[in-house]
Amino acid sequence: MTTAATNQHVLSVRNLRVAYSTPTGYLHAVDDVSFDLSAGESLGVVGESGCGKSTMGKALMQLLPPGAQMSGSVQLKDDELVGVSRRDLRRIRGEEMALVFQEPMTRLDPLMKISTHFVEAIRAHRPRTSKSAAREMGRKAMAQMGIPPTRADNYPHEFSGGMRQRIMIALGVVMQPSIIVADEPTTALDVIVEAQILDLLDRLRRDEDLGLILITHNLGIVAETCDRVAVMYAGRIVELGPVEEVFTTPKHPYTQGLLRSVISVDTTELASIEGFPPDLQHPPAGCRFAPRCDQVFSDCPVTDPRLTAVTDHTAAACLLYDGAYPPEHREGAHA
Amino acid sequence: MATDTNTSAPLAEPPAQTDPSSSPLTRLRKRLEHALRPWRRANPGARYLVIAGVLITLMFLVMAVFADTVAPFGQDQYCSDEFFNPENGACIGAGPDEQIPNRAAPSRQYPFGTTDTRFDVLSRVILGARIAFAVVAFSTALAMLIGVPLGLFSGYIGGRFDKVMVLVMDSIYAFPSLLLALIIAFALGLRLEQLGIDAPFVPAAVAVGTVYIPQYFRVIRNHTLSVKEEPFVEAARSLGASRTTIVFRYIFFNVVSSIPVLFTLNAADAVLTLAGLGFLGYGIRFPTAEWGLDVNLGLADSVAGFWWTAFWPGVAITLLVTGLSLMGEGLNDIVNPLLRVKGYRGKVKLSARESLKLAGDRDPDAMEAAPHRAGTGEASR
Repeated sequence: MTTAATNQHVLSVRNLRVAYSTPTGYLHAVDDVSFDLSAGESLGVVGESGCGKSTMGKALMQLLPPGAQMSGSVQLKDDELVGVSRRDLRRIRGEEMALVFQEPMTRLDPLMKISTHFVEAIRAHRPRTSKSAAREMGRKAMAQMGIPPTRADNYPHEFSGGMRQRIMIALGVVMQPSIIVADEPTTALDVIVEAQILDLLDRLRRDEDLGLILITHNLGIVAETCDRVAVMYAGRIVELGPVEEVFTTPKHPYTQGLLRSVISVDTTELASIEGFPPDLQHPPAGCRFAPRCDQVFSDCPVTDPRLTAVTDHTAAACLLYDGAYPPEHREGAHA
Repeated sequence: MATDTNTSAPLAEPPAQTDPSSSPLTRLRKRLEHALRPWRRANPGARYLVIAGVLITLMFLVMAVFADTVAPFGQDQYCSDEFFNPENGACIGAGPDEQIPNRAAPSRQYPFGTTDTRFDVLSRVILGARIAFAVVAFSTALAMLIGVPLGLFSGYIGGRFDKVMVLVMDSIYAFPSLLLALIIAFALGLRLEQLGIDAPFVPAAVAVGTVYIPQYFRVIRNHTLSVKEEPFVEAARSLGASRTTIVFRYIFFNVVSSIPVLFTLNAADAVLTLAGLGFLGYGIRFPTAEWGLDVNLGLADSVAGFWWTAFWPGVAITLLVTGLSLMGEGLNDIVNPLLRVKGYRGKVKLSARESLKLAGDRDPDAMEAAPHRAGTGEASR
């Protein structure tokens, strides 16, 4: 599945941490996340609710709520995004990077025609574009998404949820960004529309050489559309590798549990992982998954595993694999 | 098969009626009908309030616009027309007989009587409407132009800026409004005089306007606080929209609906404040016709039995304030959907057809036919 895109990364994230300040201290919703994304590649981010997927997506766009702090490095092509000025950030949003949201129903201003949305979005980046030219660009983007351009002058409430999501995508790609972050783009939609939207995103990725980050909790979607997958747990990436490899031979116990819990047509008994994700304000000292892990052993509650290469392409953060021990603990690794 | 044709034939009918002949005129009519929907759905009581308010306000507005032609005399005219020079307000060469009698009781020639300075009361009441509307328009425009953008940005930016703004606005609001208006009018009047600028109604208008800034600020700020959490605002940010764009293109149109009601209610209040200023002698200067000032000038008269000099300006104030308030209250009932539904529910005992008409649906016949059809369809199956 790895389309072996040119080894040039459009996005590289290094040691990204996002902290929400709460009355009782900082909560690291995303803790030390690193990954790369090449042009034309799609990366799926999966994990259960509250493990930091959406926060990571928003952090990439820097759309975090006030009071959230991020550190580390997010490099988009040659620009460093962490600590960038507000003006540069505005340019990057929409022009370099687009975000597709979870609920398309409420993401368009109810009092604005669709064409006006396009005019506003385009003029935010190219203030000198004439209105008619911007409308024309909008119509083209809509046609590309399979929405009849004749409907450009309709209001958002006159469209169905799937159409609105396609309009949102059209709005996102009209400036031809290099990356799309899709945060559960199909959660609110039915399966037919879901397939259409995913198809569209996939086509865009191929045709325009877009990098796609698909955040979802639906493993099926990832298996179908993504090249690589990052499994997140408690703010960290616990396994990162090609979709086929991760899904056929999962390395991390959490991934294994997640895959067991998938409900398919022939599921007769529901499987799940016992327990709940840890309190991120006071994360456990060792492996964060240890309290719920079925392969836990003596080192787990005390040693924090690092993400380490397990096979040629896949990396996992689990003490079952030798490389996961921090350097000073290497000698005490279980044989 | 039979049910198929049954359902498809009537469904095809309505578009055939409306669509092909969609000339610009019918489209305009449709738009108007749509715009008037809340009006038709409103509680009838609210509608009468608005109609009464609009009629009274319109009467004064017509008086104000055509004041020069409607008023028999000028505001400071104390002789008949042939001797009067409107330029400087002097009556050159008018003997005692050509002058307007002073303190004349209402008669055919002077329907509202005359004052001790030989001015015709009717003319001054009519000309006073012009000042009232000018000051109301200027002051509410001022209050809106300052209060609305401040409220938008204060609500959207939040944080320390918002806290400071709310504190400032609250202190203005907590200050007795007439006292505040007095101080501003007095200080500004002095300053303009020093600078040699002749703008008789500016101090009063600015004073009245300042009093209403906090109201617009509060309403818009609170509304902005809720609208800025809407997902489409975040979506706009994700597309690279600037703060100004978001505030004026996305948020503004979602909060603007609360302004008209506030405007009409404030206008009524502004008339009162202006009259209060005039009555205390800090509003419009004599001899310009202004109702509050005229009531003040007529006070001594009314004690002496000349009731008409203070009575008619007072009636004018009351009427205009009532008209504007009725309009504001009625508009509130119509614009606010919660109040609207309540009024609608009061009339349940109508026939189905009547209530559909009341509900403002375009075509009661089609609406009536629809459930009927569904029923037969079900039965045939």
